[in-house]
Amino acid sequence: MGEPAQRLEPANKPPQEETISPWKEAWRKFRKNKIALVGTSIVFFFILVAIFAPLIAPQGINEQDLPNRLQPPSADFWFGTDDFGRDIFSRVVFGARLSLTVGFLAVVGSAIVGSMLGIIAGYYGKWVDTIISRIFDIMLAFPSILLAIAVVSILGPSLRNALIAIAIINIPNFGRLIRSRVLSVKEEEYIMAAKAIGMSDSRILFSHVLPNSMTPIIVQGSLAIATAILEAAALGFLGLGAQIPEPEWGAMLAASRALLVQAPWTLFFPGLAIMLAVLGFNLMGDGLRDALDPKMKT
Amino acid sequence: MNMLQYIIRRLLQLIPVLLGMTFIVFLIIRAIPGDPALVILGQQATEDAVAALRESLGLDEPWYVQYFQYLGNLLTGDLGESIRTRTPVNEEIWPYLATTFELSIFAIVIAVIVGVNAGIISAWFQNSWFDYTAMVLALVGVSMPIFWLGLMMQYQFSLQWDWFPTTGRENVRDPVNAITNLYLIDTLIQGRFDQFVVVLKHLVMPGIALATIPMAIIARMTRSSMLEVMKSDYIRTARAKGEKMFWVVYKHSLKNAIIPVLTVIGLQTGLLLGGAILTETIFGLPGVGRYIYEGISSRDYPVIQSGILIVAFIFVMINLIVDILYSVIDPRIRYN
Repeated sequence: MGEPAQRLEPANKPPQEETISPWKEAWRKFRKNKIALVGTSIVFFFILVAIFAPLIAPQGINEQDLPNRLQPPSADFWFGTDDFGRDIFSRVVFGARLSLTVGFLAVVGSAIVGSMLGIIAGYYGKWVDTIISRIFDIMLAFPSILLAIAVVSILGPSLRNALIAIAIINIPNFGRLIRSRVLSVKEEEYIMAAKAIGMSDSRILFSHVLPNSMTPIIVQGSLAIATAILEAAALGFLGLGAQIPEPEWGAMLAASRALLVQAPWTLFFPGLAIMLAVLGFNLMGDGLRDALDPKMKT
Repeated sequence: MNMLQYIIRRLLQLIPVLLGMTFIVFLIIRAIPGDPALVILGQQATEDAVAALRESLGLDEPWYVQYFQYLGNLLTGDLGESIRTRTPVNEEIWPYLATTFELSIFAIVIAVIVGVNAGIISAWFQNSWFDYTAMVLALVGVSMPIFWLGLMMQYQFSLQWDWFPTTGRENVRDPVNAITNLYLIDTLIQGRFDQFVVVLKHLVMPGIALATIPMAIIARMTRSSMLEVMKSDYIRTARAKGEKMFWVVYKHSLKNAIIPVLTVIGLQTGLLLGGAILTETIFGLPGVGRYIYEGISSRDYPVIQSGILIVAFIFVMINLIVDILYSVIDPRIRYN
């Protein structure tokens, strides 16, 4: 009997409508995507491993235990030991710090520079757009790893320079994405209104255009971290990134190549770590794309 | 706009890109911090040697003069001289290019055959165990560090099971008599089927390693593209007419689903050429990737420059050809 009474609303109060913000809606979609959740769990697992590496790793990264060299995986040495008796598990755990840091910083760097260039190109158009877009075209004309090799061969091999190289090669991906977004956003009425009330270009760009172009940056960013980790490992493997004895996963693979017959575990675990970390970011990125910007799917 | 005009326009658009590419490659030596000649020769080099290299690389001239000299040399086919072997790069690079070409073609064939078929079967039997397994494998494949996969394959299939040779391109005791430097073709021309099998065996592992990522991407793309096409009216009509499902899938659906797949195949060539550096390094294949890698190890900058430039040039050309192919295959795509 109470039901009809509940339906009675005061005449001046509009009926309550459930409004969901786009972010909440995206989160709802993301939460339903099991594969994306698996990816996110893998990513968080690696982030936790990187943060708590000193607590998780039983040994230091360069702690040598020569009597226990080339030990296969066991209860004492979960991932075995290398030819210096160093604990592979500890090195893989600390390697998560290097790989995640390189992936994250390289992508943040390329996202910032790429977005700035993309916004400037898209907003100002004309010759500014032509020049910036042609630079992007030229950079994209190189297979990415080759461009990274070119940059590192100029700067010299090191983990820092590999990070810079990866950041540079990813700039056009962000730049192009944001440029096309800006081209559509700048035709919106609220941008015209902002112009009409005399708002400065920089304020329009940073208060309106950039926030409205954030979704593709987030999606592209999470997918780009996966590629960046893979590229950093590839450069490390080629001797152009992290240098021995840094426990970077790619450099660990390069250092242990000669041990393939004797001690395959020295190669198995660092490679598995690369694959899982990349898989995690890829799955999470796919999920974010589906939830935030399904139009990006090609 | 007709096809010829479209091709000419695309070629003209390429000019600034190619000029930009040569400028980036030109910078590889010139942007080295400090004295590039000293960096190339090392700290122990004599002053005379450093001065001689500076002169031979033209480093004493202003940068724009150097760039135009470099461009002029490129136009006459002069790619510089390898510092290590003292041989002109354009003479020694061809066998390396042929190796990479053979490996890449082999890999793309594997990627297309396996990827397209896996995608088709996944779409045909959507939500079946095959679909799930193929798509999980594709997800893993996309994230695969191919240099690691290559090493693991060497361990399992070569060192443990002895199915395939670990490294190299041929049996060193019975070398292939090179004609085109594409050994599969060379052995067939000479009727040496025994050598053909040996060369093929050497190609299997690096080919699969290099094919993994494109294969995974092609499989995913084919599946989603097929699922979309198979929902369309004309497919329903074909099935209603009693056409066998096999023909509906392979004749009617694939024809229309293949266009987005072609785009992906075009895009994958860059990945393939980049991946060739890693694959060739692991499998000891004397390809252009390994040529560049050896150039890096010995700070042979003319080799690094020319290797990168040639690979990038091939990449740009392949993309152009793929773009033109779309318009041939799909008349709905307009040239403008």
